[in-house]
Amino acid sequence: MSISTDEYLEALYTLTREDEPAGTSEISKKLNIAPASVTEMMHKLAEQGFVNYLPYQGVTLTPKGYRIAEKMTRKHRLLERFLHDVLKIGNDKVHKEACEMEHALTDETARAMCQALKSPDSCPDDGQLIPACDLSFSSCEECRKWGRDNADGISKRKNNVISMSDLKENQEARISFIRGDNKVLHRLLDLGLTPGTKIKVYRISRMKSPVEISCRGSRLALGDEIARNVFVEKTTD
Amino acid sequence: MAKIASCHTGAPQNIKGADNEKQLTIALAGNANVGKSVIFNQLTGSHQTIGNWPGKTVESAKGSLQFEGQNITIVDLPGIYSLSTFSLEEIVTRDYIALEKPDVIINVIGAPVLERNLFFTLQLMEMDVPMVVCLNQVDIAESQGIKIDAGKLESLLGIPVVPTVAAKGQGIRELIDSAINTALSAKSALQNDGEPVIEHNGVNRGHGGGHHTGGRHHGHHRHRGARFRGDLDNDIDKLTAVIESGNLNLGYPPRFVALKLLEGDAAIIKQVDSKSAGITGTAQVLAQKIAGVYKQPTFSAVTSERYAVAHEIALGVQQQVTIKPTFTDRLDRLATQRVFGYLVSFVVIGGLLLWTFTIGNLLSGVLSNALGFFQPVDPLINGSFWSILWNGVFGGFVAGVTLVLPYVIPFYLLLAAMEDSGILTRVAFMLDNIMHQMGLHGKAIIPLILGYGCSVPAIAATRIMGSRRERLLASFAVTFAPCTARTIIILGLVSAYLGTGWALTLYAIDLLVMFLAVKVALRVVPGDTSGLIMEMHSFKVPSVSVIIKQTWARTKSLIFMVFPLYMAGSAGVQLLYAYGILQPVSNFLSPLTVYWLGLPVITGVLLIFGFVRKEMILLVMTAIFGMNLAAVLSPTQLLVLALVGMLYIPCLSTVGILAKEFGWKSAVVISAANLAAAFIIGGIAAKILPYILE
Repeated sequence: MSISTDEYLEALYTLTREDEPAGTSEISKKLNIAPASVTEMMHKLAEQGFVNYLPYQGVTLTPKGYRIAEKMTRKHRLLERFLHDVLKIGNDKVHKEACEMEHALTDETARAMCQALKSPDSCPDDGQLIPACDLSFSSCEECRKWGRDNADGISKRKNNVISMSDLKENQEARISFIRGDNKVLHRLLDLGLTPGTKIKVYRISRMKSPVEISCRGSRLALGDEIARNVFVEKTTD
Repeated sequence: MAKIASCHTGAPQNIKGADNEKQLTIALAGNANVGKSVIFNQLTGSHQTIGNWPGKTVESAKGSLQFEGQNITIVDLPGIYSLSTFSLEEIVTRDYIALEKPDVIINVIGAPVLERNLFFTLQLMEMDVPMVVCLNQVDIAESQGIKIDAGKLESLLGIPVVPTVAAKGQGIRELIDSAINTALSAKSALQNDGEPVIEHNGVNRGHGGGHHTGGRHHGHHRHRGARFRGDLDNDIDKLTAVIESGNLNLGYPPRFVALKLLEGDAAIIKQVDSKSAGITGTAQVLAQKIAGVYKQPTFSAVTSERYAVAHEIALGVQQQVTIKPTFTDRLDRLATQRVFGYLVSFVVIGGLLLWTFTIGNLLSGVLSNALGFFQPVDPLINGSFWSILWNGVFGGFVAGVTLVLPYVIPFYLLLAAMEDSGILTRVAFMLDNIMHQMGLHGKAIIPLILGYGCSVPAIAATRIMGSRRERLLASFAVTFAPCTARTIIILGLVSAYLGTGWALTLYAIDLLVMFLAVKVALRVVPGDTSGLIMEMHSFKVPSVSVIIKQTWARTKSLIFMVFPLYMAGSAGVQLLYAYGILQPVSNFLSPLTVYWLGLPVITGVLLIFGFVRKEMILLVMTAIFGMNLAAVLSPTQLLVLALVGMLYIPCLSTVGILAKEFGWKSAVVISAANLAAAFIIGGIAAKILPYILE
């Protein structure tokens, strides 16, 4: 897969976060590429099954495209954290560096990096959420316990997960993965947010406000820094 | 109605000491906000002592009750969700149950949130202590369309269940009856030397099996708690048997120890490891196996399974009728609505303050008239030793009664009502992101609002924050909060001479300084901000007994901590002044006060007085200069003095509580930070204000 495909998918991942299709002009602005080239590329990506492209309506990612886009975005943001936190590289430079490096980063190294950085949740420069990994763990503790050997033996998630803070009001979902240290995990488990538990968003607003959910017949408020690290599978029913 | 699980076979006889037999200890345990305090108040009335658990910053409440010839001690355990070791409250609870062994536990559960509450019930059952379940708030559950079959719940759990509406006193008598019977039959079972009288095999979800045949520990009943699905339960049984044969004498029941070992509970592992490393080794192997099967860490697997049992029971005993959104539901939507929610928060806090100052002014006037008949409030600064001493002590008392209590009590009453009704949870929800700017989260709003009354109970209230760092930050913020004494300075120095506009400006400056100071502190105190995790209870009509109890708990710290310091401090500082000891200090401070702040030399003395009681700044000044301060001080000087007086150091009582909660070092650092902030801001104001005012 070419580097520029990755870049396009990453841009689309960020632009389509709120389930709205991205317009070609938006994409061209974000990547600083002429609109004509963007249109051409979108046709190509649609042929390869990465995007759905309807001229004049915009572009959305297919599930296949989404997976690749998410993984690349994750690597990019992890690298930014690594460059910033460990190597003390300035926020003005991390984005560009990470852009160059992300394509060479293997999944195995990305996992090691995530562990070494203690499962970070946001970029250093703009605070954007680092997506969850695609491994079928329900907590970071398990990933740590698995160790470095037999990394190929770790199964992948069957369904895509999204952060609870990206859900919409009245949307229902199932708890899949809780990122972070054991203390938060314990508190959430004790309150009944065990893997597979159905939750419904009662109230959510942007601007890093808490999310209010109903779960097991009661209602809970979770601050953004908690909610953003609870990953769920959307349920269709 | 629940039946009483009394099965004792004949009256208990060979009991040493009849007193002993008439003594019972009942512990109340349960989640937060299920009405535990209401029940505690109903049972104990005014016979309560509220203090701290030994060596812990966790509140303990004990009370006593005479019932049918029994002397009963009631212990109100902290409201918690689990028995792990992740919070002090949880440690306190489980140590109390395991080591003090109450005769019976009343597990108060909230009917509207049955499933979550049963999760805790199952854990309590694992502690293997005689237990009664109090199914409270059945009326609220019914209003939400939830009907619970208490009889069925009782047979599923294997322990007595008593439905109650504690707020209305319904079911309390049955509850205490059932608790006493359970306690007595357990006691008599013990007396009969280990013959099991009540045999609970624990909650069985029909997967059967797993009867362990291990030794008889307490004898009165076998292991209890959730019976898990197949393999997990077998593994727990296996480990339980190993623990029983190991004779560890930990005080905890073997099955509980087995579960905690599997869950990786650090405290229990350490205790067991010191006695038998073999057992912890076995536990580790089993834990790894379970983690592999469940594809979750064992603690998560056990929690999931326990919740699965709770879910099944809840499903079996409750019927949910869908009803139209209730009025409170709609109110709730409104209270956390994006725009309107902020308005609600603003109205709640504003209304609270408005009420406080309206009622407070009224009461303060009445009380000072009454007490002024005996003695003026002005500090006496010359006269004989004894008259100065008396004046100081009495003046301190009068100040407390006329200037603090009249504001603080109405404030606490309304605040407690708001807390109990659930509206404050919504305010905490709405203001979470603002609190984040200060490295805190939504719950910090409660101590901060309390700070408007008096810093001492506000700092005590920071206990609701998770970590020590958050408590320290919140307390630091509270030391800047415009408490009643500060408000008096602002009103007396600024509002009276320069108008309300300037008074409000000062208030705004105070809040801004608080915000900025905490921002700076955030960088100094390392660590992460933990997030908000808060249960959103449904709105309810606040309970009068809870309001009174809460108000008293907060006022008490004023009376026992602030008042003595007010009286002793006022007497001391007035004597020092009368004997001319403060003058040299004041002269020593003059480079700061006179050159930097542009105030008269006497300011040094005022500030020393103000350390005892902030409003003394105002009182001493009127005693020295007479009533018209504007004749002596320029507008700039008035404002600078008010600013410095407001910010410069937390008062004696606040320093006291800071030292008590965090140690002297932190208290000194916080005071120094306040002092620095006051002089920097005061100095800047002294340089800038003349251009604005003159």
